[in-house]
Amino acid sequence: MSVSTEKDDSARVPLWNDPNVRGLVSQIVLIAFIVWFGYELFSNYASNIAKRNIATGFGFLSTTAGFSIAQTLIPYTEESSYGQAFLVGLLNTLLVSGIGIFFATILGVLLGIARLSKNWIIAKLATMYVETLRNIPLLLQIYFWYVAVLGVLPMPRNAASLLDSFYLHKRGLSMPKPIFDSAAVIVLLALIAAIVLVVFLSRWSRKRQEATGEQFPVFLSSLGILIALPVVAYFLSGSPIHLEYSVLKGFNFRGGMTLIPEFMALLLALVLYTASFIAEIVRAGIQAVSHGQTEAAGALGLRPGQILRQVVIPQALRVIIPPLTSQYLNLTKNSSLAAAIAYPDVMHTFAGIVLNQTGQAVEIILITMAVYLTISLLTSMFMNWYNAKIALVER
Amino acid sequence: MKKLMVTAALGAVMGLAAGAASAGTIEDVKAKGFVQCGVSQGLPGFSNPDDKGNWTGLDVDVCRAVAAAVFGDASKVKYTPLSAKERFTALQSGEIDMLSRNTTWTATRDTALGLNFAGVNYYDGQGFMVRKSLGVSSALELSGAAVCTNTGTTTELNVADYFRSHKMPYEIVAFEKSDEVVQAYNAGRCDVYTTDASGLYAQRLKLTKPDEHIVLPEIISKEPLGPVVRQGDDQWFNLVKWSLFAMVNAEEMGVTSANVDEMKKSTNPAIRRLLGVEGKFGENMGVSNDWAFNIVKQVGNYGEAFDRNVGPKTPLGIARGVNALWSKGGIQYAPPIR
Ligand SMILES: N[C@@H](CCC(=O)N[C@@H](CS)C(=O)NCC(=O)O)C(=O)O
Repeated sequence: MSVSTEKDDSARVPLWNDPNVRGLVSQIVLIAFIVWFGYELFSNYASNIAKRNIATGFGFLSTTAGFSIAQTLIPYTEESSYGQAFLVGLLNTLLVSGIGIFFATILGVLLGIARLSKNWIIAKLATMYVETLRNIPLLLQIYFWYVAVLGVLPMPRNAASLLDSFYLHKRGLSMPKPIFDSAAVIVLLALIAAIVLVVFLSRWSRKRQEATGEQFPVFLSSLGILIALPVVAYFLSGSPIHLEYSVLKGFNFRGGMTLIPEFMALLLALVLYTASFIAEIVRAGIQAVSHGQTEAAGALGLRPGQILRQVVIPQALRVIIPPLTSQYLNLTKNSSLAAAIAYPDVMHTFAGIVLNQTGQAVEIILITMAVYLTISLLTSMFMNWYNAKIALVER
Repeated sequence: MKKLMVTAALGAVMGLAAGAASAGTIEDVKAKGFVQCGVSQGLPGFSNPDDKGNWTGLDVDVCRAVAAAVFGDASKVKYTPLSAKERFTALQSGEIDMLSRNTTWTATRDTALGLNFAGVNYYDGQGFMVRKSLGVSSALELSGAAVCTNTGTTTELNVADYFRSHKMPYEIVAFEKSDEVVQAYNAGRCDVYTTDASGLYAQRLKLTKPDEHIVLPEIISKEPLGPVVRQGDDQWFNLVKWSLFAMVNAEEMGVTSANVDEMKKSTNPAIRRLLGVEGKFGENMGVSNDWAFNIVKQVGNYGEAFDRNVGPKTPLGIARGVNALWSKGGIQYAPPIR
């Protein structure tokens, strides 16, 4: 039926007044314009670069880098290529962002709950924290922690030591490095098995609780499994993991592994800063759950901890997740301020050193932008998936 | 509305296209009335602003010499402070007309970045600075040291070569800005501060206790520092190149800012050509024939510039060494003006 009315319409109005045709035409024009604009930009760039004899293309990625990098998660030497230097920088970005998101979430949730505490001092302290930290520019905080970290710590010769295996000094935190023999695979397998087991256990216990109302101590038993299984595997396979200790040799500590102060300062700044925003998101999320819910749950005889875990948090999460996602994205993008204190992230190593040594600004900036875009898109995809999963299921 | 957008977009594209016009720097400079010169963010003796914002230094004097050649007025320069990382992009994009910022002449920079080096105004080499309390007297004792330096420099490549070829482990901490390097070294983040030897002497003045630090004897690289221009504008390249040569030639002929008026009456044909009494050397470069006279009168010859900015009587106290004239045991040498 609708088809026939549409036909009637188009018969009556002239083509240029038909909204469908107009819409189509204007979209084609827009796309043509964007393509033309892009082409124009590119050809202009190409001819300018050629005129100025500036090297172009992505060939530089396989040329020898020739410089060294302070923190490398994959094998890298001065003989490695610019492409490998890029990977080193990328992994360093992912490392500081990943660990940063983890700790910022924990701290943020604690602070958010603390802000709602009935204990006046705790609530006020949390408010003070949030209001101070989120109102000071992050770059300033990064500098502050870097200068503070460097200023307070002793020289390596007088390093503060813990258990004769951890040493804190101006060059970082030196600690033992685990060395894995080939038999360590068994321990890894045991760990995976333990995780699978825990997942099954929690599903089973939830089903049983829904069916019978009986509870099972999931947390404690999971913890037991996660620890016991790998430990047993470790001893059965003949202790395949041992530690390489850091020792003071000459000026500095050698062996083991060292967290560089740039990493510590950047992580500290990112975590403390982002946590202040997450705290507000968590507080708002919890407050969004109407008080009636808590009271109703209380009337049903649930204990306060249960009310928080079973009633309030699941509902609050729906409010919390979307803004939390932007905080995760912010933290990742903010990690590019690393260059200010020489933490070798992708911005500092690739868009900094490599750009300057090769002079290929356009290619390098394009790659760097693509990196941040990809990380951000992947993070939001994951968070959207999680958000959909916990969304209210209407029955 | 759409029309507006198209116009704006066209404008943007044309703007980009306009950026492409690279030849004719000398006309551009004359039209705007000053030379835009890229310098460091503050390196005493080479390019450093005083508290009133006046720039001085050996590198600054090259900018001033070019302005003297173009305008007959050495003060017609505007300075753009640039970090090591920013400098080449600024020159490539046309933000500055020339770069005079302790920049090392290397093959990559000369051939792949679209740049031309217009000579060498300071022959340098890379050195190491350490705390005296470390008890180190040679760079070969630096195995395992933490080394602070600048990113985007030849320095970070040389130091990698040096430690690698001597099979010494080390840890590099590379900052974008020199002040950050100084601060980190000062705070004890590193055992060693490495950069051009001239830079070490200059930066040492910024440390809390300069006397507690020494520069080690090893010089691990060749760092010929000089002014840079874009490729593709030979006239401008010539002018910058010969402005520097004029300073060196003037020193060789004994022409100074004090006696240059006098020297105009000289019967020595080389001096007469230098000062524009004979020949049309200025015209050939697109400036007036008294270009070199103006340079020497207002900026001084190379030796004067050296002594005033970095020489033994300045806080830097650098001896002429290899930067002495070729006739005095150094390697500063300029082709003849004829
Ligand atoms: N000559 C080297 C190093 C140049 C360089 O950037 N040196 C630093 C340390 S002396 C510097 O000039 N700093 C002053 C500043 O950044 O303003 C090069 O051209 O790559």
